[in-house]
Amino acid sequence: MDLSMKWLNDFVKTDMPIKEFCDGMTMSGSKVETYSVQGADITNVVVGKCVAIEKHPDADTLWVCKVDIGAAEPVQIVTSAQNVFEGAFLPVALHGATCYNHKDMSFMKIKKGNMRGIKSEGMMCSYEELNLTLADVPYSSAEGILILNDDPDFDKMSVGMDIHDALGFNDTTVEFEITNNRPDCLSVLGLAREASATFDLPFNYTEPKFTGVDGKASDYINVEVKNTQLCSRYMAAVVKNVKIGPSPRWMVERLNASGVRAINNFVDITNFVMLEYGHPMHAFDLRYVDDAKIVVRNAEANEKITILDGSEVTLSPEMLVIADAKKPIAVAGVMGGEFSGIMEDTQTVVFEAACFDGVSVRMTAKNIGKRTDASSRFEKDIDPINAKPALMRALELVEMLGCGEVVREYIDVDNITKQPVKLKHDAQWISDHLGIEIPEQQQIDIFKKLGFTYEDGYVTAPNTRIDIERQCDLAEEVARIYGYNKIPSTVPKLSSNSRITPIQHFEKRIVDIMVSQGFYETMTFSFISPKSYEKLNFADTKKNSVVLTNPLGEDTSVMRTSMLPSMMTCVSTNVASRNLAARLFEIGRVFTPTSDRLPVEEDVLGMCCYGADEDFYSIKGVIEEIFEDMVIDAKFVPVKDNKTYHPGRCADIVCGDTVIGTVGELHPSAAEEYDVSCRVYAAELFMGKMFDAMGDERKYKPLPKYPAMTRDLSLLCDDEVTSDTIIEIIKKNAKFLESVSIFDMYKGEQVPNGKKSLSYKLVLRKDGTLTDEEADSSVDRVLKALAERDIVLRT
Amino acid sequence: MKEQLQSIKDSALGAVNGCSDLKELDALRVKYLGKKGELTAILKQMGGLSAEERPIIGQLANDVRTAIESAIKDKSDALKSAETELRLKAEAIDVTMPGKRFANGRRHPMNIVLDELKEIFRGMGYTVVDGPEVEETKYVFDMLLTKEGHPARDPQDTFYITDEVLLRTQTSSVQIRQMLAEKPPFAIISPGRVYRRDEVDATHSPIFHQCEGLVVDKNLTFADLKGTLEEFAKRLYGEGMKLKFRPHHFPYTEPSCEIDFQCFRCGGKGCPMCKGEGWIEILGAGVVRPEVLENCGIDSEEYSGFAFGIGIERITMLRYEIDDMRYIYENDMRFLKQF
Repeated sequence: MDLSMKWLNDFVKTDMPIKEFCDGMTMSGSKVETYSVQGADITNVVVGKCVAIEKHPDADTLWVCKVDIGAAEPVQIVTSAQNVFEGAFLPVALHGATCYNHKDMSFMKIKKGNMRGIKSEGMMCSYEELNLTLADVPYSSAEGILILNDDPDFDKMSVGMDIHDALGFNDTTVEFEITNNRPDCLSVLGLAREASATFDLPFNYTEPKFTGVDGKASDYINVEVKNTQLCSRYMAAVVKNVKIGPSPRWMVERLNASGVRAINNFVDITNFVMLEYGHPMHAFDLRYVDDAKIVVRNAEANEKITILDGSEVTLSPEMLVIADAKKPIAVAGVMGGEFSGIMEDTQTVVFEAACFDGVSVRMTAKNIGKRTDASSRFEKDIDPINAKPALMRALELVEMLGCGEVVREYIDVDNITKQPVKLKHDAQWISDHLGIEIPEQQQIDIFKKLGFTYEDGYVTAPNTRIDIERQCDLAEEVARIYGYNKIPSTVPKLSSNSRITPIQHFEKRIVDIMVSQGFYETMTFSFISPKSYEKLNFADTKKNSVVLTNPLGEDTSVMRTSMLPSMMTCVSTNVASRNLAARLFEIGRVFTPTSDRLPVEEDVLGMCCYGADEDFYSIKGVIEEIFEDMVIDAKFVPVKDNKTYHPGRCADIVCGDTVIGTVGELHPSAAEEYDVSCRVYAAELFMGKMFDAMGDERKYKPLPKYPAMTRDLSLLCDDEVTSDTIIEIIKKNAKFLESVSIFDMYKGEQVPNGKKSLSYKLVLRKDGTLTDEEADSSVDRVLKALAERDIVLRT
Repeated sequence: MKEQLQSIKDSALGAVNGCSDLKELDALRVKYLGKKGELTAILKQMGGLSAEERPIIGQLANDVRTAIESAIKDKSDALKSAETELRLKAEAIDVTMPGKRFANGRRHPMNIVLDELKEIFRGMGYTVVDGPEVEETKYVFDMLLTKEGHPARDPQDTFYITDEVLLRTQTSSVQIRQMLAEKPPFAIISPGRVYRRDEVDATHSPIFHQCEGLVVDKNLTFADLKGTLEEFAKRLYGEGMKLKFRPHHFPYTEPSCEIDFQCFRCGGKGCPMCKGEGWIEILGAGVVRPEVLENCGIDSEEYSGFAFGIGIERITMLRYEIDDMRYIYENDMRFLKQF
């Protein structure tokens, strides 16, 4: 909302500096975005009077003028303009002034100088040099200096006066950001109320009145409201013998400063009233209302209308229109039809002041793609009672401007169901709510300043204040006018306890481990492209996703069922950025549809890495580190049929009967889909399942008193035999076994084809001195058991 | 014999003194003091001495041994320390060369900030709660007094799964679930991911993160809300942080406010970060409307509450002076390594 300060001052005399005004309004709830002073770029230009003019001695087209600028001596100015005469009043840019150079669209400094040997102490200005348009000063000649003698306010001008003041281009526009609950502040009157309460200044408002001529609007036009749900009120007034013409300067000035272009008196009146009262209006030319009948009805399917901006719009039945006997003539609350508007030869005008349902107007405006000043007000469910003063003001302005005869009896189809809200004032409750004692009388004073009525302990808000519903709303009124920053600050003693849940603690530890393992945390979108499932060759069960009905694009149209697509996008980004290696992780959410309304949401630890130092075992090692730390006993079970991964380098991570995750080298064809040609290793682990798999707390074991014995076994076995199989046999058969670990794996020349050599270190210990014989017999037992599986000592 | 001993002593001390390396010194030790050394050889002749002479010569021989031993020890120490000194000198390295590291990874900047917020609120007695991101409209809108037809519910601004299921646009839905599930009093924060239908650009993202808080207890006031957020601001930005509470509107709180923090870069003088204002908008907050409590079965006569919300992207971008939100979700290592 752009507020003209001149207009505001019609109702509240504010004379504080503009900055103070803006800060005050912001702190009482009407947030000021910015303000601008009209013509601030043009400086040091004053009204001057040409008291003498003569030809330049050395130039045929130049004139030397003596100009009275209210100083002791007139100044001398040389001009090439041909329309200056003795007695002419004109804008004079003095030495040091800033004017507009319309040729290169920039501002220029004016300096004293010489023109063909004659000194010139400034410049006379055209309207363009004042950064004005012909519409601002229609009396000006297109060429030459702006001669002020023709100005309608010429009699108020005096020499030396600042040009902005002389021409009335001296307004300040304040731009407000008005919250949705305060459509009343999308008006000069609403903001004037706020200013009056904020600065404790009188609010000067008189009810609009008109005299009118005898007659009934219903003799000219018939109004029928078919949908009273969507149109709670429809008022129509008729003005006859209209004289279409330009509006007076004060009106044009106020419209301009509010960002609205002046068009003609009737159109200007509707805009003026909308801005002043916050209630949109419309004016129809009676000639174009077929059968002089106005019907407020729903549009028919595929009904068409060409609206004021010239575009044709196809309507649908949920939209409300204003129609005549034959056709729609306006889209209710949004925009009028092309032919119903005011023309130069319009004779009879029908003013509409109506109230339409907010949601309906908003949806209609959106669906036809025309959000207008009118629709943006209606959509906030503005007050229907306000239609009447708005219409009265329009009729008052018609008479004030002398541009037509108002037919006295207007039409009012009133289906208002809304009742004004009357609230019992509970001063103590409000004080308690805010945490500061504000005396009852002070609260009542605040209500009154805001235009509320107070009677017998009850408060009624002005009808335009649609936001007041309960005691807490009154509390806010008190708080914001009293001043939020004057309310003390107290830190409450909470009676609740803070706690950190075990799963939150678990997550924190996981993150710490990942970071300590050299992994960088990512943050990825949780919606992805369904194509990524194809790229990664997901099984059908993992393609079943929660689907957005209105995504921004296909790339972000389904909720991920896995962290892999997100991780691969990160890899792709990094490879494209020529980062040679990366270790990335994220605990992200995945979504699995269910038969319930809501999907299952699970947090998944996704990790991936690539680079010269990475292989399957490097990512597996990270997982083992987690398991070691979290006391999770899990197995890595080879998986050959997971098409996302390399068939020979993939394992499910199994704990008991539960698969808690998967790890592997990405299938090269999947990597290729992401423009990644290097090997990528990835893993996904379900946080919840890992948490459930956590073992008991660690318990201390006393340090051994007796030395251990170690035995190294180099074994030869078939390629297919997994290390886990061998370790299990060793664990099962070795007596005194404290630990077993693999320290070498070899395939190649010294080993027959299809075989491999694995070397293990066994640590044996007992609570006493272990003899060589005992150790040997333990190892023999192991070797026998291994031999049964064709696993033999390598010789 | 006396003369012999004296001469051994003189020659030994002279040799030790002139010795310049440890090996040679060891040879000297063997030569004079060894089993077959000169001193031992002399002592072997002691048997031929008279009873009166024997202790005198014995004493002298011991003195000579001690003197030689001590000379060798001193020499050895001197040689060793000279040698060590030499070695250490030779071993000098360039200590300005980079260290050997097992490189840690890094947390994402957003989570560094979020962790800090969690820590602060936990320290103030709050519990962190979580809730679904795919949520029912009743928890995101209806129960928070955002009626059907409200612009926030528009499919233009909000992602829908069905008419009644959507991607939450605020984590306030978690607060509703909390109020339905637990009896007051409680103090919670619900940090998390929210979704709004904005195209990606330098300042917008369809996915972003909020940290919302809710306290429900007896006798809570707007003053308590102010005090709480001022305390939070001090813990986040330091004791001197000043706040400005501006009236604003949210459907589910009354009074509502936006809170500006004094610019932490220029201290309020005005700079590019605060766009010359001296203040930066950080929080939205308000006292919970009684209807919201009532919707959740909480007696609004007995209990009151306040709520607040912070944009985590905003705090993160301000802290690290990140000027383009896209970097946050791009996950380029060159970006991630900077935190």
